[in-house]
Amino acid sequence: MAKNISFTIRYWKQNGPKDAGHFEERVMKDIPDDTSFLEMLDILNEQLINDGKEPFTFDHDCREGICGMCSLYINGTPHGKTERGATTCQLYMRRFKDGETITVEPWRSAAFPVIKDCMVDRSAFDKIQAAGGYTTIRTGQAQDANAILIPKEDADEAMDCATCIGCGACVAACKNGSAMLFVSSKVSQLALLPQGKPEAAKRAKAMVAKMDELGFGNCTNTRACEAVCPKNETIANIARLNRHFIKAKLAD
Amino acid sequence: MWLTKSSIGKKVVMSVTGIALILFLTFHAAMNVVALFSGDAYNEICELLGANWYAIVATMGLAALAVIHIVFAFLLTFENRKARGQSKYAVTARPEKVEWASQNMLVLGIIIFLGLLLHLFNFWYNMMFAEIVGTMGAYSPSDGFAWIQETFSNPVFVVLYVIWIVAIWFHLSHGFWSAIQTLGWSGKTWFCRWKIIGLVYVTLLMAAFLIVVLAFAFKCAPSLC
Repeated sequence: MAKNISFTIRYWKQNGPKDAGHFEERVMKDIPDDTSFLEMLDILNEQLINDGKEPFTFDHDCREGICGMCSLYINGTPHGKTERGATTCQLYMRRFKDGETITVEPWRSAAFPVIKDCMVDRSAFDKIQAAGGYTTIRTGQAQDANAILIPKEDADEAMDCATCIGCGACVAACKNGSAMLFVSSKVSQLALLPQGKPEAAKRAKAMVAKMDELGFGNCTNTRACEAVCPKNETIANIARLNRHFIKAKLAD
Repeated sequence: MWLTKSSIGKKVVMSVTGIALILFLTFHAAMNVVALFSGDAYNEICELLGANWYAIVATMGLAALAVIHIVFAFLLTFENRKARGQSKYAVTARPEKVEWASQNMLVLGIIIFLGLLLHLFNFWYNMMFAEIVGTMGAYSPSDGFAWIQETFSNPVFVVLYVIWIVAIWFHLSHGFWSAIQTLGWSGKTWFCRWKIIGLVYVTLLMAAFLIVVLAFAFKCAPSLC
């Protein structure tokens, strides 16, 4: 049975990247604890609109935990403390206590400028992806699915890497604002498969160069990224990227 | 040059210099342990190193490694602060699997550097440096055994050295596997192995240093009987 809880929500308001930003507070009364966090924010916005105030801006899209759009830093953890490692949309109010103060902040990183309130510009990830996160293939008739044999373990691992939805929680959690978990997952998902191998060296160099250029920090292996990743990407991917990158540079 | 320009390159420099410094510490610890058993044998090693050309070249190489490691540490930290941005989180929760040392490597490094300055003042200044410039302190520059006894008869130095050794342990407890990870010699299986190997190695290494300090502080080494 759902019970109702009341709490104070402390949310970040910021008018664009140049604005200093500040917190605003509101007491939320009798919210059913089977409400999702984003539904609770919808309720908050209804109340704000009814009061004639500006609603709180945040990113969201599918609300099914697969699109990677939601991006809230809740009580000091990206996506909040969800049940089994998931995105903000899969966080439910039953994870909070009655009378608690819930602090909601945006991803804070120089490479992710705030657009408005808790909505940040994550197009830097798209730029990294565009720099080399693809395979150059001849288009035309699709070949037979079994023409290229792929060991099951490799296919599974590539799939695990590919589950990275590019939400940016890794960057948000990293004290260095490093995007290595994202970049390494994107490099790995292709490098592990035969179709991605021919361009593996070129891809690693191009994507790391773009990552550095966009102002992401240097990884110091604190593992904060993998601790908060909603898709359970691991730093084994980072080791793989380092290996590919160093090999590629030594071969130059 | 990718070693100075790219983020991974700069980290490779940190890793390689770090591993080289761990190897030096291994040699140093082995040398120290000799002092537990025989003052004469220890002084023979001191004589062998002294102000001979190869010892001076090796010392300069070592200093270069330390300087590169420190310069890159500040450079990387500066870039990372910039990447983090101006606005700070109001609330942060450290996940369980994030080790304290991993987030405080620079602070630990600074403590280690200060300890190093003290160490150079206590020993290197009275030994190799004294021999190069031809001065002489309370004891002969090659009488390392006497310098150890002298230094650790002072409880203030004992406490400072213990703090220093603990700081190095914390620094290396993260630094060892982190260096391997940066060089790409890790993965799902080997990550746990390297972590354990690193912890065991570093603990044995720092225990060797600690035992010598405590043995001389409490005057209970076989070489003192």
